[in-house]
Amino acid sequence: MSPVPITYYLVLSAILFGLGVVGFIFKRNIITIFMSIELMLNAVNLAFVAFSRQLGQLNGQVFVFFVIVVAAAEAAVGLAIVILIARTRQSLNVERVDLLKL
Amino acid sequence: MIETALFFVFAGLAVLAAASLILQRHPIHSALSLIVVMVSLAALYLLLGAEFIAAVQIIVYAGAIMVLFVFVIMLLNAGAEERTSFSRLARYVGIPAGILLTVQLAYTVARAASEQAHRAPAVEPSSTRNLSLMLFREYVLPFELTSVLILVAILGAVVLARREK
Repeated sequence: MSPVPITYYLVLSAILFGLGVVGFIFKRNIITIFMSIELMLNAVNLAFVAFSRQLGQLNGQVFVFFVIVVAAAEAAVGLAIVILIARTRQSLNVERVDLLKL
Repeated sequence: MIETALFFVFAGLAVLAAASLILQRHPIHSALSLIVVMVSLAALYLLLGAEFIAAVQIIVYAGAIMVLFVFVIMLLNAGAEERTSFSRLARYVGIPAGILLTVQLAYTVARAASEQAHRAPAVEPSSTRNLSLMLFREYVLPFELTSVLILVAILGAVVLARREK
C-alpha cells in the first residue's frame, strides 16, 4: 500500500470539488464557470483513482479514462456554445445571458 | 517518507492553484491555474501508481482540452471579468455553505474509505497492460460507444460554431 493514507487523497478531492462548486456559483465569466466544471471533474477523477488503488481493482481507472473522454467531448461542444453566445450577445458575462431568444 | 513529502507538495500546489482559479479575474490567468492543477493531479496519479492515467491526464487534459480553452479565450479576446456586486446574502451565506459542503463531502467519503480499509486486498493492481486488457475485454462496448460520442461532439461543435451566411 501507499505510505500516504488514501483518506488524504479523498480529502484533497473533496477540497478541490468544493472549490469547483464555489467557482461555478460565484464566477461571472462563462469560460471560468466552464473551467470550474473541469476542476470538479478532475476532483472526482482523483477520488476514482484513490479508491481504485485502495480496492486493488482497475475499474476505477477505466472509469477515469471514460470521464476524460467525455470531458473532451463536453469541452468541444461547450466551447462552441460559448463562441456562439459571445458572437450573438457580445458579452461573456452570464448575467447578460438571460434570454432564450434574442 | 519522500512519498508523503511529494504528496503534500503536489496537494498544496493543486489547492493553491484551484483557489487562484477562483480568485483571478482574468480568464487566461484562471486557465493557467487550471493547468497547474491538472499537472499536479497527474503527479498524484503517479504516486497512486496509475501511470497510464497520469499520461492521459497530461496529454488530453493539460494538452488538448486546455489548449482549446486558451484558444477560445484568445479568439474571443476575453477581458477581465466585470465586477458585479454580490448581494450580502451571497457573501455571508454562500461562502460558509461552500465550506460546509466541502467538509461534509470530505467526511462522508473519508468515512466510506475507512470502512473499506478492513477488507482491502493488498494487491498491486496497476500496470498499463492490465488496464488495457480490461478496457478491451470487459469495457469494449463502452469504449466503442465513446468513439461515436466523440464523432457526434465533433459534428455538434462544427455545426454550432459555423458562421451563418
